[in-house]
Amino acid sequence: MYDFASYTEAADIHEAVGLLCANPNARIIAGGTDVLIKLRSRDEAFVGRDFVGVTRIPGMTDIRLCDDGTIVIGAAASFAKIEGDAVIAQHLPSLAQAAGSVGGPQIRNMGTVGGNLANGATSADTASMLLACDATLVIAGAQGDTEVPLAGFHQGPGRVKLEHGQILKEIRVAKAGYEGYKGGYIKFAVRRAMDIATLGCAVMIKMDGDRIEDLRIAFGVAGPVPLRAASAEAYAKGQTLCDEVLEQIGRKCLEDTNARDSWRAAKAFRQQLISVLPGRAVRKALGGDGDA
Amino acid sequence: MSNKVIGTSVPRWDAWSKVCGKADYTADIPVKNMLYGKIVRATIAHGRVLSLDTQAALAVPGVLKVLTPADLPRVKHATAGHPYTLDRSGDVYDKNILTEDVRLYGDEIAAVIAETQLAADIAAQKITAVYEEYPIYLTAQEAMTEGAREIHEGTKGNILADTTAKVGNVEEGFALADYVFEDEHRTQVVQHCHMENQTATAFQSADGRWTCISSTQIPHICRRILGEALDMPWSSFRVIKPFIGGGFGNKQDVTIEPLVVAMSIAMGGRPVRLELEREEVLAYTRVRHAIHYRSKVGVSKDGKITAWQVDAVSKTGGYASHGHSVAAKGGGILCTLYEIPHMSFRSRTVLTNTGNAGAMRGYGVPQITFAIEAMTDKICKELQLDPFEFRLANFKKEGAPHPLNGIPMVTNKVADCLTLGRQRFGWDAKMADSGAKGGSVRRGVGVAAFSYATGVYPYSLEIAGCRLTLNQDGTVKMLVGATEIGQGIDTGLAQIAAETLGIPAEMVYAEETTDTDIAPFDTGAYASRQIYVTGVAVAKAAEELKDKICRAAGKFYEIPHSAADVEDAFVINSVTGERVASLGDLALRTYYDKARAQTLTAEVSHNCHDNSYPMGVTFAEVDVDTQTGVVTVRSILNAHDSGVIINPLLAKGQVEGGMGMAISYALGEDLFYDPKTGEPLNNNLLDYKMPTCMDTPELDCMFVEPEDPFGPFGAKGLGEPPICSPAAAIRNAVCHALGFEINALPLTPGKVFAAIQNNRGGGADV
Repeated sequence: MYDFASYTEAADIHEAVGLLCANPNARIIAGGTDVLIKLRSRDEAFVGRDFVGVTRIPGMTDIRLCDDGTIVIGAAASFAKIEGDAVIAQHLPSLAQAAGSVGGPQIRNMGTVGGNLANGATSADTASMLLACDATLVIAGAQGDTEVPLAGFHQGPGRVKLEHGQILKEIRVAKAGYEGYKGGYIKFAVRRAMDIATLGCAVMIKMDGDRIEDLRIAFGVAGPVPLRAASAEAYAKGQTLCDEVLEQIGRKCLEDTNARDSWRAAKAFRQQLISVLPGRAVRKALGGDGDA
Repeated sequence: MSNKVIGTSVPRWDAWSKVCGKADYTADIPVKNMLYGKIVRATIAHGRVLSLDTQAALAVPGVLKVLTPADLPRVKHATAGHPYTLDRSGDVYDKNILTEDVRLYGDEIAAVIAETQLAADIAAQKITAVYEEYPIYLTAQEAMTEGAREIHEGTKGNILADTTAKVGNVEEGFALADYVFEDEHRTQVVQHCHMENQTATAFQSADGRWTCISSTQIPHICRRILGEALDMPWSSFRVIKPFIGGGFGNKQDVTIEPLVVAMSIAMGGRPVRLELEREEVLAYTRVRHAIHYRSKVGVSKDGKITAWQVDAVSKTGGYASHGHSVAAKGGGILCTLYEIPHMSFRSRTVLTNTGNAGAMRGYGVPQITFAIEAMTDKICKELQLDPFEFRLANFKKEGAPHPLNGIPMVTNKVADCLTLGRQRFGWDAKMADSGAKGGSVRRGVGVAAFSYATGVYPYSLEIAGCRLTLNQDGTVKMLVGATEIGQGIDTGLAQIAAETLGIPAEMVYAEETTDTDIAPFDTGAYASRQIYVTGVAVAKAAEELKDKICRAAGKFYEIPHSAADVEDAFVINSVTGERVASLGDLALRTYYDKARAQTLTAEVSHNCHDNSYPMGVTFAEVDVDTQTGVVTVRSILNAHDSGVIINPLLAKGQVEGGMGMAISYALGEDLFYDPKTGEPLNNNLLDYKMPTCMDTPELDCMFVEPEDPFGPFGAKGLGEPPICSPAAAIRNAVCHALGFEINALPLTPGKVFAAIQNNRGGGADV
């Protein structure tokens, strides 16, 4: 049974912001696939709260392509919606892949991409993929909307740059984030479904013939927050794509990441995945096999 | 005459009601004025509760009472669902309903009763305890260390039992050997993960006695344990088992029933429900024993086993539960799989401050089979012997007596399982296709055989009961004490009744509940016994009822009863073959003939003095990704000798379920404990890696069907056998792919990767 004080749905984002600002005990709930689990386990940060539902706010689940080529994803769009959306399928199929790797069908019907980011988990499958797309976030607040990069949004495990009263409203991927790139996401997990990533690896690659013009690599679970592999990316630029280069990219990724030991996986094993998966993700992005 | 019902895939009678959500499980059954319970659990793994502060809990609105050990009988009970032994020597009486002595993290130290589940949950969280803490022992080795504190007072060295089963003289056997092989094998702690969590409701019935509706595999045994735990006459209790969402042995222990009845007693008889959450089930009910084996095998130049020595150390957790029987069972398995002239099987069962191990599908046999077949694989590789020839040369021969108890293994088709399975699996082609497969993938094949025992005779009582009633329209109501827990035993037993009576299976009605006030006595669902033991009770009852039907036919129709028979639900003249009357017509007369009415029933209690041996072999083909350690099962086949198969579709379901459990036993599942505190780390289904359907490959199975002389219509047990050998076969396939040995389960990517690294660095095998 769930222990909460109230549940209110706002008619629009301003009302939702207002509800939050007026009540320090208020908390956002979207799909509930994380919040209800924490409530069930009686997490003190969640019990007894006044929940403000945001998934039925008009526009919050829309996915659209702007005239300037920017892809705009409503923060309350479910994983299932992203998986099946025509705009995403045409321009950002790797995000559909990442969204499709979350949980199982029930979770993907309820869980939202905004929740996946705002929840602050390093393992979030869409977080690393969107990070590799140079995504930005539109955040609604009492002072209106602000747009910030996704890079830097994650502050630590379970912590993101959102003040009380702010709501993640949209995720944007500008044309420069995806045009000419091919993307790939590999979720390495013990199970093929209903699992959390042991390591997630997202790449966006732009080729110039057989040379790598640009490569962006983002990881989940390679550190406390989703992170980009800057030195590996820098090394990759201009290299001719071959197995040796991909291996070198993998080794470089170790300089950019901070894997640690836990009962879930040993550090050495995580490091092995960090060095192996980028190459596989690149191959996957370019249409070869390479599924982990 | 050929069978009409046996051997056909009669649909389960309860299938539609289950898939449509109509079947009522314990928590679905409405009870008036219900109260709700919640267990308060220790937050240390070893120590003593000095004081409990319940004030804040009692202040939570809706909370009615907090029970502590002081409120309950001080008498100890044994939780294992074993048949009672008249001298009470069978089990260890070591458990109080609530305890001050904490023996594992999560031990039950108090309980809240409230008007809502939420109030009970909130209150349970508010209860704090002051402890005196003792050193914790998470491994058997630590618990056996000199000077370690006794987890249960009086258990020296924390060793519950230390036994050695012997055949011949193992030293003589090694003297005869030309080669001797030694190795160690380790298995992990896993949990049953039955779909329905343990749930029970208790209330005082109109007659003043105590009814307990429970998701139990063992209603009659549960009633006896309630009597022992609450120190009241056994007949004070009535246990009712409705539909059950699986048990796999975990519900062969009495875990929550004494507490929920005690709660109702404390509330003056008001109904109380106790429903465990998944986290509690995973960590605080029962688990499979982790066993560490040291094996030594002697082999002669001509490829015959001369001696086999095993030293097994089994971790049972904080309480005895099934005690030593799980570890000790391995000796009988070893010497019934192979002909071993000289065997010594030592086993020790050790108390530790970890999750309590009990019965789990296979009862120690997946563990010992892993050790046996890993050794067999090693011998074949090192002596460059063909794994089929070596096994065929050493398998126990059909008809030979069980070396430890003398019962002849009258049917034993393990050799046929091996040779026919080899063809069906396409072993030779797959073997030729093994090795490096491009990229980082290596492919391998593995095989493993097992031996099993259907029931528990001669070590324990075997008893089953059946009552059949001829209804007014000629249909038959069947009541058994055997427990339907999802495996489909009701449908199989109805087929036995129908075949014997000469009626179609749909004319036999099974019963969804087992009620100890109503159902004939039977010890319940465990081992692989029910088709074999209860099946005979059903066949006997059906023969008796049929005889009564024929006698009634002689009374009501122009036919001598000796000539009467029943075929296709008609009374026939067995001499002429003519139909005399429908069974419905005869039944109506037995109820309503004014002068001669006498309803027809038959009741049988069957004390079984037999045991038969289901055998089998698993074949597995795997890919190992040497960069990531990921093992993918490409194909897998279980070949079973379980005697005559009563219902092929249900049998296939049983085998597939067992194989699915076994594959994740081999590759993924592992319950972890914090090394510093003993707290379970992954007692939830996100972190505990139960497989999904996407992780399970196509599962193939086949049956070799000798007619066993003891089981009904030639059947032997099949409930547990499917889980016995897949893990060993998968391990052998992985080792074949990699070219070196890995001797600890599970073969997770992280472990396989570490083993590959170690092997490259010339380090020891993991």
